[in-house]
Amino acid sequence: MFAYLVRRLIYVLPVAIGVSIICFLLVHIAPGDPLTAIMPVDATQEEQAAMRAAYGLDKPLPVQYAIWVGKAVTGDLGKSIATGRPVADEVFAAVKNSLLLAFTASVIAFPIGLFLGFVAGYFRDTLIDRAVTAFAITGVSVPNYWLGIVLVIIFSVTLGWLPSMGAGPGGSGAWAWDFAHIKHLILPSVTLAVVPIGIVARTVRALVGDIFSMDFVQALQAKGMRPLDVLRHVIRNAAPTALSVMGLQLGYLLGGSILIETVFNWPGSGFLLSNAIFQRDLPLLQGTILVLALFFVTMNLIVDVAQAAIDPRIKRS
Amino acid sequence: MSKTETDTTPAADRGGPHQPLIIASGLKKHFPVRSGLLNRQTATVHAVDGVSFEVKKGETLGIVGESGCGKSTTARLLIGLIELDDGSIIFDGDKLGSDISLKELRRGVQMVFQDSYASLNPRLTILDSVAFGPKLHGLKDPAGIARNLLGRVGLDPDRFAHRYPHELSGGQRQRVNIARALAMSPRLVILDEAVSALDKSVEAQVLNLLNDLREELGLTYVFISHDLNVVRYISDRVLVMYLGEVVEVGPVESIYETQAHPYTASLFAAMPSMDPDNRTEEPPLAGDPPNPINPPSGCRFHTRCRFAEGVCASRKPKLATIGGDADHLAACHMHDAASGHSLALKEAAE
Amino acid sequence: MTLTADQADLAEPVRKAPGYWSGVFRRFLKDPVAVTCTVIVLLLILAAIFAPYLGLNDPYKASMIKRLKPIGYPGFPLGTDEQGRDMLARLIYGGRLTLFVGLVPVVLAFVFGSTLGLIAGYVGGWVNTVIMRTVDIFFAFPSVLLAIAISSALGAGIVNSLVSLTIVFIPPIARVAESATASVRSLDYIDAARASGGGALTIVRVHVLGNVLGPIFVYATSLTSVCMILAAGLSFLGIGVRPPEPEWGLMLNTLRTAIYVNPWVAALPGLMIFITSLCLNLLSDGLRSAMNVKD
Repeated sequence: MFAYLVRRLIYVLPVAIGVSIICFLLVHIAPGDPLTAIMPVDATQEEQAAMRAAYGLDKPLPVQYAIWVGKAVTGDLGKSIATGRPVADEVFAAVKNSLLLAFTASVIAFPIGLFLGFVAGYFRDTLIDRAVTAFAITGVSVPNYWLGIVLVIIFSVTLGWLPSMGAGPGGSGAWAWDFAHIKHLILPSVTLAVVPIGIVARTVRALVGDIFSMDFVQALQAKGMRPLDVLRHVIRNAAPTALSVMGLQLGYLLGGSILIETVFNWPGSGFLLSNAIFQRDLPLLQGTILVLALFFVTMNLIVDVAQAAIDPRIKRS
Repeated sequence: MSKTETDTTPAADRGGPHQPLIIASGLKKHFPVRSGLLNRQTATVHAVDGVSFEVKKGETLGIVGESGCGKSTTARLLIGLIELDDGSIIFDGDKLGSDISLKELRRGVQMVFQDSYASLNPRLTILDSVAFGPKLHGLKDPAGIARNLLGRVGLDPDRFAHRYPHELSGGQRQRVNIARALAMSPRLVILDEAVSALDKSVEAQVLNLLNDLREELGLTYVFISHDLNVVRYISDRVLVMYLGEVVEVGPVESIYETQAHPYTASLFAAMPSMDPDNRTEEPPLAGDPPNPINPPSGCRFHTRCRFAEGVCASRKPKLATIGGDADHLAACHMHDAASGHSLALKEAAE
Repeated sequence: MTLTADQADLAEPVRKAPGYWSGVFRRFLKDPVAVTCTVIVLLLILAAIFAPYLGLNDPYKASMIKRLKPIGYPGFPLGTDEQGRDMLARLIYGGRLTLFVGLVPVVLAFVFGSTLGLIAGYVGGWVNTVIMRTVDIFFAFPSVLLAIAISSALGAGIVNSLVSLTIVFIPPIARVAESATASVRSLDYIDAARASGGGALTIVRVHVLGNVLGPIFVYATSLTSVCMILAAGLSFLGIGVRPPEPEWGLMLNTLRTAIYVNPWVAALPGLMIFITSLCLNLLSDGLRSAMNVKD
């Protein structure tokens, strides 16, 4: 187990390096000079060269990368061009809000998805199964940014029950666990939960259905084990895969909430990202994507290790 | 004789009747085992470790042994599906690599695999599967060759040629595989557990077909199986393998009569007999074969051998003739008077 | 021994047993949901292609007076958008770019991803390591994030959207192709073909492709729905198709401000994305079960 853990950690390293290279190159595949956004239009050749040297852009790419990574490792992701504040601070504040949203959505999605999937798998090929399957495929097919707008139309515009924007009264500001803030959390997290509900339900349904048709379950039933105890065996067998799917979904929720955060003006990393896109704030863009991708890599790592810890088949190899 | 007929006759004999068709000497294949933090090679599986034998023209050589003893690896080495680490193969006097190329060898050697379903492409009709080789080698009318061969293995081409593998029974599929192997007009056919997965009644039919084809086409077989009854039925000579090494080889009657190596003896003791008077008294071989990653020193069988003594663990026995039969060889210290094994001395004294 | 009868037989056309694909087609036709969804998707595509001949209003013609009219307004069956342009015409014309940018990347990714996966799976060794470890790196990004990252770096535009979405979908397809190829590679019929003297290219063409393209294709169709949603999502964020082109994601974005005035018209473009993506998913599911049937 320990060897597996160490091997998995070592395996993550090249992936993380690859991710950082892609993030670094993002700025360089962008058409035009990375400096055009901040350079005065009438800058002379000398001024441009000086600026370039100041930002280290006159050095060869590998050197620039090394400098960038060296700083990134110490938590220095550069300064935002638009606000002048350190990118790391901006990203950190935003990721906190995104995590809040992603966790809330998970808390909504996972129990519902698990329940639906389990029921559908247990009652395979019945009306219940078909209803759940239809619901699940609708869930994975819906463009959630549109669903967010529809929910706003229903619950904010038409009914006026819930706020449509921001993370609290008066827009963003600091999060607090009071009713006014929680009201802001409902619509975006429900919207964000729909896709994972569908995915978890579909996966668990297939998983449970497969396990029920396996010989060992039929042997348990044949020897007269009570259905509830049989169920325990099925759950034990389904747990590792179900957990890993949920873990991955949590990662996707954080990285994939960009569109939802834009719809609801939620001051998270996605919102930060779309602002960075509009202002062509490349350091901010680069830093945000790097942090989100590394979070996703870490999430995968945790899922793998957790799965190895609970699945006896992986431990042995 | 029609055109298709000539295409399926074996290629010309070159070395004459006394030149063995195959001389394999010192065949070696070690597979690396990678593990650990940096995926370094940490161990080696000694799958085939210095195997030597001959296959005479027109004979059937049976190879027997427990699963994992290197039978299939030996087969795949003979046909070049995996690369030799060491050793040489001489095909009718021509050394592989210097006198003939792998491609030329493969025209002369073909193989039938155990899993009749996995060895046929599910998306090709059986006609296309059989015709693949001839087409590849630019032979005239590959479809005609294939139809002719299907008929020869007992599948009416009009009824079967355009079927897909899943529309055939296991026995029929194995007939297709035999036809496919014959399509290259080989001189040696390696049958790797080719009848092991078939029902007993079907197995007998396929064995008879193989015997007929051998006579008709003058083929030579290497017949790999774990079923001693089947091996006895079809083989002229038998080779016994244990953990990647040859422990005994000899004419089929001789070996089935007296087993010189204790491992062969225990293999035969485990063979179910139909005759109640002929029940085995000998205890069956206990336990699994040792791990081929770290094969035992000396005689590899000493860890499971009832007669093992100090010399068995320290020195590797050589293959040597047994008793009066010059063709019957075994690798066991008990038959070597100079080995120092107590039973060998006794035998020498008698 | 005479074989004349056999040979005479060869001259006649031989009856081909029903092949694999015709069986798949037959089973697919028996699935009413999948067939309905196929028809809907085809209708959407046809309507988009032949939009100029459908007698629709000009999708670009704006009118200050007729802004944000509701559904059922005379002359505008689905109302008008924030610039007074006909919604029905814009939705049908919008299918052109939306479907194009939503489907083409999967086709391109299918071509490149299958090729990479086939090479990695068949050749193995260090070639496999190089290809698959690179794929792993792209896998480390959630697809939405990767698409947005590349698109925002490249800037808005149809070609840039195609490029970024293709890059997003190559890794998953390559992974599926690699594992399918590697498992076929280990089967005995590949060894038998090698023993017959077949070179790598011939074996891949005759024995590998036919057995791996099906599963890869089904997997690729399951990605079309995500690709549609992502493509429209890029336009929704302003890094996809540029205005004033009609495109569903872009229309959804520009109409967002109108949800207080005419909410249901504002929701229409998203409904189109939803219907298309749902149909694509159901179609893919139908195809999957039609192809998974084993005899």
